[in-house]
Amino acid sequence: MQYMIVMYENNDAFASRSGAEKEKYWGAWAAYSKALLDAGIMTSGHGLQPPASSTTVRLRDGKRQVQDGPFADTKEQLGGYCVIEVSNLDVALDWATKAPAASYGAVEVRPILVR
Amino acid sequence: MGAKSAADQVARVSYGRLLALLARHGIPLSRAEEVLSEAFCAALEAWPREGVPDRPEAWLFTVAKRRYINQHRRERVRSTAEETIRQLLEEQGDNTPETFGDDRLKLLFVCAHPSIDPAMHAPLMLQTVLGFDAAMIGAAFMVSPEAMAQRLVRAKAKIRDAGIPFAVPDSSELGPRAQTVLDAIYAAYGNAWEDVAAVDPRIQTTSEEAIWLARLVVELLPEEAEAKGLLALLLHCEARRGARRSRDGTFIPLARQDTRLWSQPKIEEAELFLHAASKLKRIGRYQLEAAIQSAHASRARTGQTNWAAIKLLYEGLLQLSPTVGATLGQVAAVAESDGALAGYQLLERLPREKVSRYQPYWVVRANILVRLGRNKEACLAFEQAVALTKDSSVRDFLLNLRSQYAQGV
Repeated sequence: MQYMIVMYENNDAFASRSGAEKEKYWGAWAAYSKALLDAGIMTSGHGLQPPASSTTVRLRDGKRQVQDGPFADTKEQLGGYCVIEVSNLDVALDWATKAPAASYGAVEVRPILVR
Repeated sequence: MGAKSAADQVARVSYGRLLALLARHGIPLSRAEEVLSEAFCAALEAWPREGVPDRPEAWLFTVAKRRYINQHRRERVRSTAEETIRQLLEEQGDNTPETFGDDRLKLLFVCAHPSIDPAMHAPLMLQTVLGFDAAMIGAAFMVSPEAMAQRLVRAKAKIRDAGIPFAVPDSSELGPRAQTVLDAIYAAYGNAWEDVAAVDPRIQTTSEEAIWLARLVVELLPEEAEAKGLLALLLHCEARRGARRSRDGTFIPLARQDTRLWSQPKIEEAELFLHAASKLKRIGRYQLEAAIQSAHASRARTGQTNWAAIKLLYEGLLQLSPTVGATLGQVAAVAESDGALAGYQLLERLPREKVSRYQPYWVVRANILVRLGRNKEACLAFEQAVALTKDSSVRDFLLNLRSQYAQGV
């Protein structure tokens, strides 16, 4: 099955991408990506720029509404994702647990829709 | 044996085993349930006519599997995965396995998977392993049959869509995962236990079946000390069933129960499992709770309760599992062993917001206040307890105590 591993990060984590903690932050993510690639299970994946760079758009009554910021205003925001191909949820959860965001933010595991 | 009772007996013993077997062959749980119940219907029709087959389980498995294959042929094949399953099943043809492996443990782990709402663990087990219908499970959990049916369907959709594996977890995960299985069995039993008046016979059945599930886990996971601990705990509780109510249905609290009405065979069995658990040298919440009940059970032999020992056991339990229930158990034990004042002081230190909606808090408080001679306050506490009591026989019992102490006020 294919699962999307969705990483949620808090403000501190986004800040540590460029602050004093930067090497530690990127080192952890590089190691995680390498592990996924070595296991040969990663279909795709990307890190995302911080939520401040985000823009949300809605089409209402034919009019486009554009708004600064992400869809939901919460403490933890989408920071990146990857799609992996594994045999079942338990294996996907094991990989999700290894993601750096699991130890300071949250990681959601969602099966990919197959129609 | 008649065909109907033969079918009933196979249903009782083999339902979960057959469902697990179908699930292992890749049939989604909800579909496996459908074809299995169809197979039972077919048995009720065929067995009286043709006689009960030599291997009833094999007969049912073959019929259920054929139904699934036939229904599948008629449907549009939805995905390659299902196509593969269909082929696999067809290749096996009618070769029913000679021996039935036991996959019920896997089924239990699926039902109590941490990715499923914990409130649904016990209902799922009752349905898939024991074949209870939604109305019966709804009655045990005080939910309407429709609502329970809907929740069960949703939970099974999650099992299928999320790809929850049909497997026993690795040894690294086995401990915590087994704990969630045990917690669900405890919840199934606890729900039935609340129903003191046993108004609904279906609820009594739930408590018996919960014990049966606990036995199953003990048998399938012999190295799991907590499984034995849970079984010992449930057996100790069950031993007192006949003493919890008088003939006219009045509730009788533990301290006033006639110990001659306790079931000695159940107590002895509980002690055996608790002893076997202690030999595995991995203490846990259920073993401690069973040990507390074991200490209470000694009253049948010695005529008195060793409150000092019970107090120590509660201290241990609170370290492992700091629940409100265990906290109040400790307060009650302290009040008995060290005096009502010591109990009262402990009680006053509990954060009110955590206990004010909890019935046992008011019962313990009322009893301690009575012993301190503060009857007026005790009556107020009894009133709070009554307001939070669902069971009418317990309510009557508390109202009775209240009026008894109100006279002196």
